[in-house]
Amino acid sequence: MSASSAFNEEKMGSSSVGEAEYAYDPVSGKIFSSDYNRHDDLKEMLDSNKDSLKLEAMKRIVAMIARGKNASDLFPAVVKNVACKNIEVKKLVYVYLVRYAEEQQDLALLSISTFQRGLKDPNQLIRASALRVLSSIRVTIIVPIMMLAIKEAASDMSPYVRKTAAHAIPKLYSLDPEQKDQLIEVIEKLLADKTTLVAGSVVMAFEEVCPERIDLIHKNYRKLCNLLIDVEEWGQVVIINMLTRYARTQFLNPNLNESLLEDGGSGDKTFYGSDEDEDDDEKENKEKAEAAALAKRKPYVMDPDHRLLLRNTKPLLQSRNAAVVMAVAQLYFHLAPKAEVGVIAKALVRLLRSHSEVQFVVLQNVATMTIRRRGMFEPYLKSFYIRSTDPTLIKILKLEVLTNLANETNISTILREFQTYIKSMDKDFVAATIQAIGRCATNIGEVRDTCLNGLVQLLSNRDELVVAESVVVIKKLLQMQPEKHSDIIKHMAKLTDNIQVPMARASILWLIGEYCEHVPKIAPDVLRKMAKSFTYEEDIVKLQILNLAAKLYLTNSKQTKLLTQYVLNLAKYDQNYDIRDRARFIRQLIVPTEKSGALSKYAKKLFLALKPAPVLESPFKDRDHFQLGSLSHLLNAKAGGYQELPDWPEAAPDPSVRNVEVKESVPEWTKCSSREKRKEKKVEKPFYSDSEGESGPTESADSETNSASASDSASDSEQSRSSSESEESDEGSESEEEKENKNKKKVVKKAVKESESEQSSEEENRKLEKKIKQQEKDSETVSDDEESDSESSQSTSEDSESEAEVKKKAPVSRTPPKPVKKEKKEMSLLDLDDFEPATSPQVTPISTLLSNSLVTDLEGLSLSDSVLAPSTITPSGTLKSYELLHRITGEGLSVEYCFGRQPFSPDANMVAVQLQFTNNSTSETKNLHMKDVKLQSGMRVKEFPEIELLPAGDTASAVMGIDFCDSTQAANLQLCTSTRKFFVSIQPPVGELMRPVFLTENEFKREQGQLMGMNELTEKLILDAKYRNEHAIVQRVTTAAHLSRVPCGSDNECRFAGRTVTSGSLVLVTVATGEEGVAQLTVNCEKMVIGTMLVKDILLALTQ
Amino acid sequence: MIHSLFLINASGDIFLEKHWKSVVSRSVCDYFFEAQERATEPENVPPVIPTPHHYLISVLRHRIYFVAVIQSEVPPLFVIEFLHRVVDTFQDYFGVCTEAAIKDNVVVVYELLEEMLDNGFPLATESNILKELIKPPTILRTMVNTITGSTNVGEQLPTGQLSVVPWRRTGVKYTNNEAYFDVVEEIDAIIDKSGSTITAEIQGVIDACVKLTGMPDLTLSFMNPRLLDDVSFHPCVRFKRWEAERILSFIPPDGNFRLLSYHVSSQNLVAIPVYVKHNITFREGSSQGRFDLTLGPKQTMGKAVESVLVSSQLPRGVLNANLNPSQGAYTFDPVTKLLTWDVGKINPQKLPNLKGTMNLQAGASKPDENPTINIQFKIQQMAISGLKVNRLDMYGEKYKPFKGIKYMTKAGKFQVRTYQHFLMVQTSM
Repeated sequence: MSASSAFNEEKMGSSSVGEAEYAYDPVSGKIFSSDYNRHDDLKEMLDSNKDSLKLEAMKRIVAMIARGKNASDLFPAVVKNVACKNIEVKKLVYVYLVRYAEEQQDLALLSISTFQRGLKDPNQLIRASALRVLSSIRVTIIVPIMMLAIKEAASDMSPYVRKTAAHAIPKLYSLDPEQKDQLIEVIEKLLADKTTLVAGSVVMAFEEVCPERIDLIHKNYRKLCNLLIDVEEWGQVVIINMLTRYARTQFLNPNLNESLLEDGGSGDKTFYGSDEDEDDDEKENKEKAEAAALAKRKPYVMDPDHRLLLRNTKPLLQSRNAAVVMAVAQLYFHLAPKAEVGVIAKALVRLLRSHSEVQFVVLQNVATMTIRRRGMFEPYLKSFYIRSTDPTLIKILKLEVLTNLANETNISTILREFQTYIKSMDKDFVAATIQAIGRCATNIGEVRDTCLNGLVQLLSNRDELVVAESVVVIKKLLQMQPEKHSDIIKHMAKLTDNIQVPMARASILWLIGEYCEHVPKIAPDVLRKMAKSFTYEEDIVKLQILNLAAKLYLTNSKQTKLLTQYVLNLAKYDQNYDIRDRARFIRQLIVPTEKSGALSKYAKKLFLALKPAPVLESPFKDRDHFQLGSLSHLLNAKAGGYQELPDWPEAAPDPSVRNVEVKESVPEWTKCSSREKRKEKKVEKPFYSDSEGESGPTESADSETNSASASDSASDSEQSRSSSESEESDEGSESEEEKENKNKKKVVKKAVKESESEQSSEEENRKLEKKIKQQEKDSETVSDDEESDSESSQSTSEDSESEAEVKKKAPVSRTPPKPVKKEKKEMSLLDLDDFEPATSPQVTPISTLLSNSLVTDLEGLSLSDSVLAPSTITPSGTLKSYELLHRITGEGLSVEYCFGRQPFSPDANMVAVQLQFTNNSTSETKNLHMKDVKLQSGMRVKEFPEIELLPAGDTASAVMGIDFCDSTQAANLQLCTSTRKFFVSIQPPVGELMRPVFLTENEFKREQGQLMGMNELTEKLILDAKYRNEHAIVQRVTTAAHLSRVPCGSDNECRFAGRTVTSGSLVLVTVATGEEGVAQLTVNCEKMVIGTMLVKDILLALTQ
Repeated sequence: MIHSLFLINASGDIFLEKHWKSVVSRSVCDYFFEAQERATEPENVPPVIPTPHHYLISVLRHRIYFVAVIQSEVPPLFVIEFLHRVVDTFQDYFGVCTEAAIKDNVVVVYELLEEMLDNGFPLATESNILKELIKPPTILRTMVNTITGSTNVGEQLPTGQLSVVPWRRTGVKYTNNEAYFDVVEEIDAIIDKSGSTITAEIQGVIDACVKLTGMPDLTLSFMNPRLLDDVSFHPCVRFKRWEAERILSFIPPDGNFRLLSYHVSSQNLVAIPVYVKHNITFREGSSQGRFDLTLGPKQTMGKAVESVLVSSQLPRGVLNANLNPSQGAYTFDPVTKLLTWDVGKINPQKLPNLKGTMNLQAGASKPDENPTINIQFKIQQMAISGLKVNRLDMYGEKYKPFKGIKYMTKAGKFQVRTYQHFLMVQTSM
């Protein structure tokens, strides 16, 4: 064999040569010599300065390593190339280095400096890979260097490097366990990391290094639960398994009451009786004792953190990764209340479709679960039916599950299924099926006889294995009620002639011996035959022959004395000492001699004692003391490194250990008064969120409590107001809620507002009494001035603006920074006085038109708009604002919208929508604009001008126009910032789809006359006592719909008119009041849909 | 976690080994060989074998055993799932996962294994990330590499590992943007002797081949999402959106992936598309048995049943079979006693039939067992559950992709039993 052929062989490229490799004898000297030559050749290539040669050499070396060949003598030549420029050469050198560094410790040190340099690289990926290789080199001398590198990497900027650091921890630990304490510090630090990338790896390190330090988890528990769904799948498995153990130490058993019942029950009943029976029986038996025990316990309330874990793991049942699904399943099995465990069944059954190895593991676990929680899998019974193509291992496990699932109701189906299995060609499986039938028979009394008959028929099967197995099972069944079945015993006695399987023969002999009284004639004959063949029998059979002989001697010594002695003599000289011993023992007991002592008197009692029937138990019984899904559970033996699943604590440890205090460095982790509230918010976090996303919810929880307290304090003043206003004040508090970051200011403002509102409510009452249609000149409030002025001209409206500002300045003594921001506050402050002019019939059409045109000119000055708009027709304060974007979904940006009821100047067919943006986040939002509007056909949108910058905590507003085409279909929009997009939709109430027109009474009547028949809708209603005056009616109707009042001669009629915005169709509304609040509402409109909806809305407004 | 990996072929040779921690001697595999000897069939080797110092966890794929060596407690499914992922990756890279392919690409295999596990804990298992790190070998690239000496290892640093969507590589560009979805349903059924269904269920998957530029965000909605009883998703699918709206919303990985697998709710009756008339009998005292099998379509909604393949394990006593197929060809392996009949397409006018005699060993008694008949078939352009994709929309990118959806129904584990019930039934119920 030449060197060149050996060289060829190295190239794994040609597969044919690879095959030939195994033909060589590795011990032959020839190979060694050629090895030597080969390596020379490789060294040369590695020393060359051509990358391609180096690569070729490295590839061959790696191929050698892959086949398990020793390439360690090349170490010096390879290590030289650790700093090679070529990436692939470098990677292959790493592979080599990690493989052989342990054997060549001194030489390996040569490479360390390269990695140390790599650790300082500005590129995070290079830092990570340097740490990865460095920590994989198992050389004890560099432990301090590794420790240092890990510590440094643990506080690296890049989460990827931190992840690598977490991976390095167990490597260092296995190299030098002395470093444990220092490593725990690093683990503790990394556990606090909030990125999903790190979470899985660090928990893995935790499990390998310090699984007993459960206290490290407390502070990170909630974070881990919340991050879980976004962690990569392998990390999920590790985290879930760890959290299962954690939960077992920290929470109370949710099934405490149930387990009390279980403990009291007799084993058989609990496992095999149906659930209801079990409960009933138990209750009857143990009621008193347990009632006392239960009474002592407090009613169980699940810790919210316990609930959090269950809720956050549940979606992972849908994972594609079987290991994740299994991990969640075991978590639910060990931690969930009994009623909730059922959810895992479906997912586990799904896994049965997977590879057979997966099936094998899943079925093992299902088998254990079915013993404790049978009901869970009963609906999936058919999924465990066996196919002839299943591997035997799987068949037997499925059989186990089916047997565990059998009960009175389904036993007939299961037995029918078992019958088909008996005919299988797989004999091991057939044997297992027969045993399964036996178990069903013992467990379910109703079918015992049926099974027994079936099994007896199997005794005539041609296959000896089947017969033998049947005999063994029948023996066990007969033991339960032998007297009934002497004919079966006789039948079996006959089988001794044919059946050769030792276990079966032994079983038959034992049966005959045990029940020899039932077959007095046959038994001695069997013994006679056995005595003949004694020497050829297997040991196990011989022992049973001795037993049989002894029992017969005691019951029927006349017939069998000689036979027994013959057998005992044969046994005396047997090769097996067990048999010799047994013979000697029996002889002493049963054959009376002078020497025999007192024992022989009791021989009968010894041999013919009543023996308890065997309990046929599942081999999976009690396996659940191992954590399900674990290797230990599968093997039913403790594997190295297995962490015991702790028992539930008697009393729950302090749950506050999981609270996270406010830290300056991490402001997001604010302590929250109501844990539950906070969590509920958190769950809503988007699927892709990173841990950073948590800041939003936490904050919001805080703000919620704040706003709640704020509204509480305001509630006193609210109660004093009329109910029509309470709605408004709600709005007020809502809008305040947004401005959470202005808490301090708010308190001051609140006080002002309260005093004002009291004042104004008094005022209002006065107005109502007097029914004065002019404002009260004597009133000191600024708002009155404003109203009167606003009707006339632009300049006055500007005045009113400045006045409004003054008014605000006065109490708060602070100028709001931007006019846009004022609008909202203005509304909440002024609304109470504003509506009065709206009801005034003296509002002339001229002024309306004028102000409309003014508004058109003043577009953009939102403050003046809001002041003007009410002056024309509507009470602006009753403008309802709707949420467009919640601050949680908007990641700090919240948007509300309301229908300002002013015409939209760029396009008269559009409805103006006022948007109010509030930036609740801590960073500024840029480039707020609309994009990619997706609308129903015909709808049009005029976008608002882009808001370039919205500083943190600030508020801005804008107006946009939407042509809804006279339909209440929502307009779907996309709201964009510089970084994010949000899909939002605006849905207009029908009342906002129209604008007021002025009609005289005559015009109104004429138009109404033309809109009769189908276009007229009439509805009778009973007005609420509060709304029986004209003023209230007008106010309610104009709030519900953007309409103007039509003058009317009659006292008990109110008329309103408007046109739809897009098509300009007339909308006429009449409310005629009668006695005792009876009223009739008439709507005339050619658009019937609009009309119908309007009737509904107004009806609602008037009766609520 | 995972200490070492050994690849063992059907003849019991260890042809590749890889160690992530200290080296474990390959003699540990002797325990595996012992178990292999005990097992009658290759698939009956227990997946978990305890040895004095280690645990061996193995999977069998493509007639290769992937044996992982474990030293301490670890969830067995974790290892099994990972090993399957390794095989899937090899298949993805080399097209097939055979001993020859692995030996041919041993360096790439080694590089892959190095990236997939770090210290025995999975590091990068997403095919998109791996492909960024190590380019899959193609014929062209192999040629170029041999000539120019360039490498398979990606030149750029892989950024995919750092991204929030780790399953998608960045900077994807295509001239033709296309997204194909295959809805494939499999019917698992057990039919008893009389032709009635004992159990039948539908399992389906949606496999996708997405070649889209940039970072597209797709939504896929169904006409009848309620059909899906139990689903499992690729990690890219937003679970919340599914829970709330029953819409699949996802940023797809690049290339081929399994978007979803589902189980159709068991309340729905499953349409069984084929029926089998069979008469397989052995008579006492005669050394011949009769075999007669006819297939026919049933509930196929007018679609043709194609690629039909019938196989059956005949009793051990059968020496050979003398059969006559009306169409297609049959083979009988006298060693394994496996009868296979490649039927092809079922013509409803002229039903395929296989008829003839079986010869038993002289003097052998009538076999107790009756064989099961396994059937494979395909029906194109139909999802048997009636599942229909409503629409596929793309957001986030400007171009218009080409979209395609294909439906197919296949037989899964479709078995027809020919067992005679043994007498328990008559005596009991």
